[in-house]
Amino acid sequence: MKLTFSAADEAFREEIAGWLRDNLSGEFAQLKFRGGPGDEHMFPAERKRWEQHLAAGGWTCVGWPKEVGGRGASIEQQVIFFEEYARAGGPGRVGHIGEGLAGPTLIAFGSDEQKQRYLPGILSGTELWCQGYSEPGAGSDLANVRTRARQDANGQWLISGQKVWTSLAHESDWCFVVARTDPESQAHRGLGFFLVSMHQPGVTVRPIEQLTGTSEFNEVFFDEAVAADIVGAPGDGWKVAMGLLGFERGVSTLGQQMQFQNELDEIIRIARDNGAAQVPAIRQRIAEAHTGLRLMRYNAMRMLSDNGPGDSSALVYKLHWSSWHRNLGALAMDVLGPEADIIEAAPYELTRLQSLFLFTRSDTLYGGTNQIQRNIIAERGLGMPKEAKGR
Amino acid sequence: MEFRFTEEQQMIRDTAAAFLQDVSSSSAVREAMATEAGYDAELWQRICRELCFQAITVPEEHGGMGLGYVELCAVLEQMGSVLLCSPFFSTVCLGVNALLLAGSDAQKQQYLPAIVDGSLTATLAWTGPQAARHGGQWGCEAVTATWQPSGDGYLLQGELRYVIDGHSADLLIIAARAPGSSGAQGIALFAVPATSAGVTRQWLPTMDQTRHQAAVQLDQLQLPADALMGEAGQGGKTLLRLIDLAKVAMAAEQMGAAQKTLDMSVAYMQERLQFGRPIASFQALKHKAADMKLKCEVARSAVYYAACIAQEALDAQGDRQLAGELPEAAAMAKGYCSDTLFFNAGTALQMHGGVGFTWEYDVHLYFKRAKASELYLGNAAAQRELIAGLLLD
Repeated sequence: MKLTFSAADEAFREEIAGWLRDNLSGEFAQLKFRGGPGDEHMFPAERKRWEQHLAAGGWTCVGWPKEVGGRGASIEQQVIFFEEYARAGGPGRVGHIGEGLAGPTLIAFGSDEQKQRYLPGILSGTELWCQGYSEPGAGSDLANVRTRARQDANGQWLISGQKVWTSLAHESDWCFVVARTDPESQAHRGLGFFLVSMHQPGVTVRPIEQLTGTSEFNEVFFDEAVAADIVGAPGDGWKVAMGLLGFERGVSTLGQQMQFQNELDEIIRIARDNGAAQVPAIRQRIAEAHTGLRLMRYNAMRMLSDNGPGDSSALVYKLHWSSWHRNLGALAMDVLGPEADIIEAAPYELTRLQSLFLFTRSDTLYGGTNQIQRNIIAERGLGMPKEAKGR
Repeated sequence: MEFRFTEEQQMIRDTAAAFLQDVSSSSAVREAMATEAGYDAELWQRICRELCFQAITVPEEHGGMGLGYVELCAVLEQMGSVLLCSPFFSTVCLGVNALLLAGSDAQKQQYLPAIVDGSLTATLAWTGPQAARHGGQWGCEAVTATWQPSGDGYLLQGELRYVIDGHSADLLIIAARAPGSSGAQGIALFAVPATSAGVTRQWLPTMDQTRHQAAVQLDQLQLPADALMGEAGQGGKTLLRLIDLAKVAMAAEQMGAAQKTLDMSVAYMQERLQFGRPIASFQALKHKAADMKLKCEVARSAVYYAACIAQEALDAQGDRQLAGELPEAAAMAKGYCSDTLFFNAGTALQMHGGVGFTWEYDVHLYFKRAKASELYLGNAAAQRELIAGLLLD
């Protein structure tokens, strides 16, 4: 075991840190620490410009292979990139779904034509992506997709149905959609994986007003929307979609942890100022939060060092961070005391910590609820019997 | 960055697992724990001769293997898994560490080869009855025995409690303080052969029978000058470092035991049928098992990280910045693993239902070990308060 980074990796750290210092300035300075989860509705146009600026500097898709235009960075260097990006206060990436999900899927499952058509737009930050998985009837039961895909006389795929909880849909140019190609099929059989332009009459985006009063998620309605491409064959959609989940190796989570650290630091600063840091019960909870975050980092380092196929460590990791973050939101309120209830301004402008408290309630829901994670950990990680199905 | 076992470390771990599962069966544990010594002397000799676990961290110049704390923790994890009854923790994780950090060249030369050849066991005794104040305090404030210069040497007086294997160890490394001193001031460490005149030792039978403790009475104990380890009155910092290293070792054992309680429970639930199905199929139990698994994984990361830090701290050429993390890393590992083992052992008992409440099934051995090891060196709340002090004060 070795905890330190090599000299080459440290030089890489200097390079990215220096670039961010020089470039996260001027018109982009206002974006520092903005646009992350809970704040994604802020500065969309400015963040799009930032994404392209980042791309021009060669800092998008650092983990992609060089052959497709990425930087081919090692796991260590990806970790360093995400850490330094978060440390510098790099704004929430509008391109992260393309870079982290759509791109890797195309690299693994797409045809050469598809790679040539779609990867450059992700690399340059000029084409943004959103994810069309969840539906009103397909939440935890993700395979219960109702959205249909049918081929017209010309062989063109047309998509009809409703997706929900689609983040960045209103800012995106493309959506990857899982839809049923075989109307007689059930569950994970008979699905297709489609690439659909968001700029067409058959697509309607409606923002969902969240408990925060803001809207980062959307409903997306498809009414005979034209799919530009299908990735894999009709019927292979589930395989492609699940392969995509496998790309979530958690490298970017080390950047997410930097953001968590910023939040915890702010809570500690307040606790020192208002005397909560002297209260034994609060001291216990702050120490627990600090420990949880450190151990989250060590866990991620271990996961990245030796994650094997079929391993449940990514699920364990999600369950850990989501629960930890939710608790942090509650701790923030308890440290603030009665001041926690006073918002910035009417009608409903929240403080950063109030947003944290409320938004973290979604952490234990999206990407698989904590209950679903526990089911899968028990089944896949511990070999316990599968849940009975109602159909 | 390479946060995983090397092939050699993996081999050590696998060897330890295979050997210990074979020799430390349920019946072997039960037989050993019922004796006054608390371990099987023949098995200990086998470990010393064939496996050489006691030599892992001893430098090669003293006949040891010269390996590090990561290798040590890999073995401790397996010992915790089978609740091995042995003087390993006291001899190596207290005794060897004390000799390495505080021993003179002569003391190392005198004692380390004897530990390596299996002829000497050792322990560290620093806690007086004061250690039970406020529900447990394990730092320098727990040191109540006193030392003072006497002739060419030293005179020690006082009572020590909660001394692991104190009644059976051949060498007692004793922490005492100058009369009237407090906190980390005035503390000195002494290497004391257990048979010295003025030393009276008494086994304190324990609820967790798999690890034995003793009280040690020092009555006008006269020691020669060369019994002193390090500088007289300057031992407080070393003692704290030893306690931190012991926490990492204890956390490794706890993590191994926590994983075992999960494995035992899953196996039991797969076999136990109720309502015509294995109880492992019930979601109420699956979710609890998933929580146990999460705690095991996080605990494992905490232990491996703390082991790397401990290695830097033990190594004179180690990275100073990483070594400086020892108090925090040790507190985090001990706190998290204490909570984890208690949660997992308690949940395992519940998952086993009525048979978990019997003497016959092994779950109660883990449950008792969980509470005893949690309290030893300070429970999770005490570790969190240490961390809060580092962060907030």
